[in-house]
Amino acid sequence: MGADVTGRVAEAGARVRAMKPASGKPRTMFEKIWEAHLVRAQTPDTPAILYVDLHLVHEVTSPQAFTWLRERGLKVRRPERTVATMDHSTPTTPRGRDGRIPVLDNAAAMQIAALEKNCQDFGIELHALGSAGQGIVHVIGPELGLTQPGAVIVCGDSHTSTHGAFGALAFGIGTSEVSHVLATQSLLQSQSKTLAVTVEGKLRPGVTAKDLVLAVIARLGIGGGTGHVIEYRGSAIRALSMEERMTVCNMSIEAGARAGMIAPDDTTFAYLKGRPRAPVGAAWEQAVAAWRQLPSDDGAVFDREEKLDASTLEPMITYGTNPGMGIPISSAVPEPANATAAKALAYMGLQAKQPLLGHKVDVVFIGSCTNSRLSDLRAAAGVLKGRKVADGVRVLVVPGSQQIKAAAEAEGLDRVFRDAGAEWREAGCSMCIAMNGDQLLPGQYAVSTSNRNFEGRQGAGGRTFLASPLTAAAAAVTGKITDARELR
Amino acid sequence: MDKITTVTSRTVVLPVENVDTDQIIPARFLKATSKVGLGTKLFADWRFAADGTPKPDFVLNQPAAAGAAVLVAGDNFGCGSSREHAPWALYDYGFRAVVSTSIADIFRSNSLKNGLLPIVVDAAAHAKLLAAPGAEVAVSVADQTLTLPDGNKVSFPIDPFARYCLLHGVDELEFLLTQSDAIAAFETRRTNRA
Repeated sequence: MGADVTGRVAEAGARVRAMKPASGKPRTMFEKIWEAHLVRAQTPDTPAILYVDLHLVHEVTSPQAFTWLRERGLKVRRPERTVATMDHSTPTTPRGRDGRIPVLDNAAAMQIAALEKNCQDFGIELHALGSAGQGIVHVIGPELGLTQPGAVIVCGDSHTSTHGAFGALAFGIGTSEVSHVLATQSLLQSQSKTLAVTVEGKLRPGVTAKDLVLAVIARLGIGGGTGHVIEYRGSAIRALSMEERMTVCNMSIEAGARAGMIAPDDTTFAYLKGRPRAPVGAAWEQAVAAWRQLPSDDGAVFDREEKLDASTLEPMITYGTNPGMGIPISSAVPEPANATAAKALAYMGLQAKQPLLGHKVDVVFIGSCTNSRLSDLRAAAGVLKGRKVADGVRVLVVPGSQQIKAAAEAEGLDRVFRDAGAEWREAGCSMCIAMNGDQLLPGQYAVSTSNRNFEGRQGAGGRTFLASPLTAAAAAVTGKITDARELR
Repeated sequence: MDKITTVTSRTVVLPVENVDTDQIIPARFLKATSKVGLGTKLFADWRFAADGTPKPDFVLNQPAAAGAAVLVAGDNFGCGSSREHAPWALYDYGFRAVVSTSIADIFRSNSLKNGLLPIVVDAAAHAKLLAAPGAEVAVSVADQTLTLPDGNKVSFPIDPFARYCLLHGVDELEFLLTQSDAIAAFETRRTNRA
């Protein structure tokens, strides 16, 4: 990957110049990145052509795109800007004696084999099932240092917004667009509007980044960010670690925003420095200098702004069938405002005015691209240490990547989970999307650290309460929805 | 992509807001490596009981829905995942247009690439459509109009380039491939600037 690193460094220098405002008009970070990637600007008749720095690929949304390339006799234009992994349909069950992870589902096995062949035929780096670099696509990008400030990053997955935590413009695309990026390294895009979500103040102890973003989504509503790119700003955002920032940006799409982003700062650079694909030496200094030019200029105008006070936030939990239906954990279920909300309560088996605290839980899922990083596992282990999972509750802990799994095992977190009675799994999306056999049974209730509580998302008929790793671990111990701050 | 200029059809009304792509096509059906046949799984968990029998109260299982090509749904249709399997499933089932008061960004973009028209109308026009399930409507891509059951026409927005592609059956990849010189120039420009 030497040539690749050199290429990226060359770009970093180019970006410093590109970041200088042409007209002196203050620009948002989104506008700076957008303008630096214009192959052709938008015209009245055509959308902009936007260049893509990094294309992440997984097994579920790519096979048709590769088929279309073959049908047209096309190559991948920039294989060195394309990185693949397997995560959505892969099993997380323990390895066999041969060290391999067995794939028992034929359809999943075919999809996995297709990605292996596609990567081999088109010369794409693949972090295959069972390899040390495998994991959830939005976990391994940052882990490898591939995710860098100022970049345009796309993937056939709506949670690509995660990478915006580094000050990148990162968004999910469909399979047709996957084929466009494979073949041309470019996309036709219309420029989004900008939405500043400013969160000032300090989160109280026991209130996490997940609670913060669930509160943002509850405020905006599930469609409130449609047509916008969110920039999260303010002292509460600055105070977050990179893993916490990823949790926040990850769920931007749950408010309908295609991307969410946070300005890069010393926290970002400290996280990136020394990662395998990060620039080194003089190139690092040059890159950091360029990245420091990215944050929105003073006086830059956003199309819209929302403000939240972090110090008033409580641990959040959802009660309905979309992520916008969230409330502070000690609140009661609100009266349904319309037929759709009433349908959601009926699906969930809940009544208006009913408290959620104390509600029965069958399954706890700790994982997903939202909350499967080392700090999430540490938070959950902190609650479970020295305690036992409640009788009759199934607890799955699924690390986001093989690297996180190894790091967690090195500090003994796997033993904490196992001793408590939880299942410690291989890395993948698992019960967030329930494609791989990890799923709820009809009617079961789960407290889940994932990102979607749609009907059947975690298994047909399953019912999901979205919450933080702390809340999930507390539910594991009591078998009920519990405020982790009150766990004795 | 096939050209699409007009759609004239009865409507199917699904008066639910925030219909997410997990409802349109549940994730367990995404293990396919082609896009053929997904219509049989469209709205699978709303359409079929666990044993596979059709649920009689779901709108697509009612005789009046047969052959309808226009789906009228509640606000924020197609939210959630980026899976293009959602428009593939709707198209494969026979739908050619979805009408709502708003449509999620990625779903809208995916639909336009597959000849499925994402049509956003105002609340007044939407209310008329909700009140008249099964009524005949007509869509003109060229005029960007939807003719309501009462004969009134409402216009809807559509990106001019997407409109051109729909009317001429051009797919975006064909267009992007014609831009390879501009893309190469951009790559060179960037490298030289360093």
